[in-house]
Amino acid sequence: MTSSTLAIYHGLKHAGINFATSVPCVNLQELLALVGGDPDIIHVPVTREEEGVGLCAGAWIGGRRPALLMQNSGLGNSINALASLDMLYGIPLLMIISHRGGVGEPVIGQVPMGRLTVPLLDAMGILHFRPLPAQAEETVAQAWSQAAAGRRPVAVLLDLEFWRQK
Amino acid sequence: MKRIEAIALAAEAAEAQNALLVCNIGYPSRELFSVKDRPENFYMLGSMGLASSIGLGLALARPERKVMVLDGDGSVLMNLGTLATIAHHAPENYLLVILDNCCYGSTGSQPTCTHLGTDLFALAKAAGVENVKRVDKVEDLPGAFPDFGVVIIKVEPGNADVPIIELSPEKIIERFRKSARPAEIS
Repeated sequence: MTSSTLAIYHGLKHAGINFATSVPCVNLQELLALVGGDPDIIHVPVTREEEGVGLCAGAWIGGRRPALLMQNSGLGNSINALASLDMLYGIPLLMIISHRGGVGEPVIGQVPMGRLTVPLLDAMGILHFRPLPAQAEETVAQAWSQAAAGRRPVAVLLDLEFWRQK
Repeated sequence: MKRIEAIALAAEAAEAQNALLVCNIGYPSRELFSVKDRPENFYMLGSMGLASSIGLGLALARPERKVMVLDGDGSVLMNLGTLATIAHHAPENYLLVILDNCCYGSTGSQPTCTHLGTDLFALAKAAGVENVKRVDKVEDLPGAFPDFGVVIIKVEPGNADVPIIELSPEKIIERFRKSARPAEIS
């Protein structure tokens, strides 16, 4: 288990996250195993990220603290739901995003969304954090606090360099 | 049968079961609002396709509370993966009702693929949902709402002449959330 993965997991626990939906990324595999094995977290692997936005919204209405774990490609699949569900009604969501397509990316198909991820979040007014592993636990907890207090989606972006640190 | 007839009976069943009711965007929400408005109704104003997902998240979060979803053929076709997720993760307090009018009723009745023969009953079964029911006749409506699973109700195209919902998104979610959240969480 890498320290990067553990930092995010501890951040989720620190934030009290108890409901998670996910679409996998290779960089999230250890985290997904931890979340999936945690008896205090309801984990629903979904078929598409915007489905996860819907599930998380319902779970929050039902009193849970939700997180969506995904790759940044999934941000593109989620934009209408983030805007016309979460932002329209004021529903908080913590998004843990493996940010592919940056420096060192071996898969060319990841590059377009890699470049667009931050501009898309900025255009939507979605707060985003890019922690180093040493600060990640605290940042994840803080990101949830901001989401809950502002009743809005908040993103934590974790790039290739983040996952490279053991 | 007309969709609003099915919605009226679904709303009655939801009230009788003290169920939370998540309703699809567009005319279905307007029809529900006009036949039976309750704080336990969640009217979708956007995010087409996600009614079933919102309801599923709620049902998982509140396993002791019945959750019913009113969805449409166009919306389910937009989020077909939901049937697979429901098959494997939906708890026994979750009922998805698909009102299939074979068209996009809120945008001018353009035909969906169910008009051409796509079978949502078979799709739900094939996705792995065990308790799937089909209702074609209005006289079968009273028994059309089991405790859990997926029900597909064939309805006529066309919308009732009902006004737009006069509640703000803030009002809709505040009263729904208050109805939905466990008593110990304020």
